[in-house]
Amino acid sequence: MSLKAFHLIFITAASLLSFGLGWWMLRAYADSGMKADQIYGVTSIGVGMALLLYEAFFIKKLKNVSYL
Amino acid sequence: MEIPYTSKPRPDTGLYNAKVGIWLFLASEVMLFGALFSAYILLRVGAGEGTWPHGLLSIPIGTFNTFVLITSSVTVVLGWASLQVGNFGRYKVYQAITILCAFGFLGIKSFEYRDKFKHYEVWLKNPITVHQGGKEVQTDRLLGHIEYEGHHPYFWNTARLAGSPEIKDKNGKVVKAAVARVESFKFQPDPIHYTMSPKEMAHAKKESFGHPHQEIEIKASDVKRLSAFVPSHSTFFAIYFTLTALHGLHVLGGAIVIFYIWGPGAKMWKTDPQRYMNRVEVSGLFWHFVDLVWIFLFPIIYLL
Repeated sequence: MSLKAFHLIFITAASLLSFGLGWWMLRAYADSGMKADQIYGVTSIGVGMALLLYEAFFIKKLKNVSYL
Repeated sequence: MEIPYTSKPRPDTGLYNAKVGIWLFLASEVMLFGALFSAYILLRVGAGEGTWPHGLLSIPIGTFNTFVLITSSVTVVLGWASLQVGNFGRYKVYQAITILCAFGFLGIKSFEYRDKFKHYEVWLKNPITVHQGGKEVQTDRLLGHIEYEGHHPYFWNTARLAGSPEIKDKNGKVVKAAVARVESFKFQPDPIHYTMSPKEMAHAKKESFGHPHQEIEIKASDVKRLSAFVPSHSTFFAIYFTLTALHGLHVLGGAIVIFYIWGPGAKMWKTDPQRYMNRVEVSGLFWHFVDLVWIFLFPIIYLL
């Protein structure tokens, strides 16, 4: 597996973490009602989406590099 | 004699030597971290209710460090991609950012460790009344910071309160100075304790937000046990320090290798560019593994 393939796996895992963290913080916001938790949660979900967009850009940019 | 397949891939496997080597090494690393992760999960699941210290790590600091590592993974791969198109200058810039991120991560982690070494739990012989979560509660276990003679001491424990006599060697030379007994100390209790549920903790944090810390005087004779947040505090901190320190050593090791390839080892780019790119790729694979470990470590240790 090349660095390209491993990077895609890593970015997928990182975006899943961002979505998970976002859900976690929004749940914490439901308990605490603290504005900071809400901002934290929404930002995390935003970062998760940004990572997916980056992943698409990366695949396009390195389309000539092998996955092996 | 020339060693084959150091630059070009072997036709039957499609891999060069170093790539086979790094993946074998990473397989052994998976076993090492896998065993520790399993130990952590089994300890966590087996812990009795209210006995597992949760909610004691700073999620914003952990998140920032996660962001630093994700950034370093992006720069390491963009550096490698720059070499693929022959742009050595851009590779140098990207890898410099990677190295900065690595040391930034370690700096933040050491700051976090430092805070733990002066954060305490005190077990009292008799319950006292303190302000927690907007109400007065009776408790015999408190988390917080110690203030003694104007300082916030590190690594105190129950034995430190009793002090210790001077120790001399056989020639009468003092090898360890006497440590004075502590009669009492000031304690700034946290508004939370890990015996609370996550919901109660969230409520207590909200209630205490913006309010100054309460300060109480605790007599040493009233203390049953005192421990900083160090490995001997609890199973949680023992495995927390084991996992994060081992991960930190991997970050340091990876940063040293990347720095060597980026700096003194960069001469190879002129003599054997394909082999140099392979080196960058292999170091990048190790770096991604280290970052992937953190992606699993962060939610398990900081959130659960």
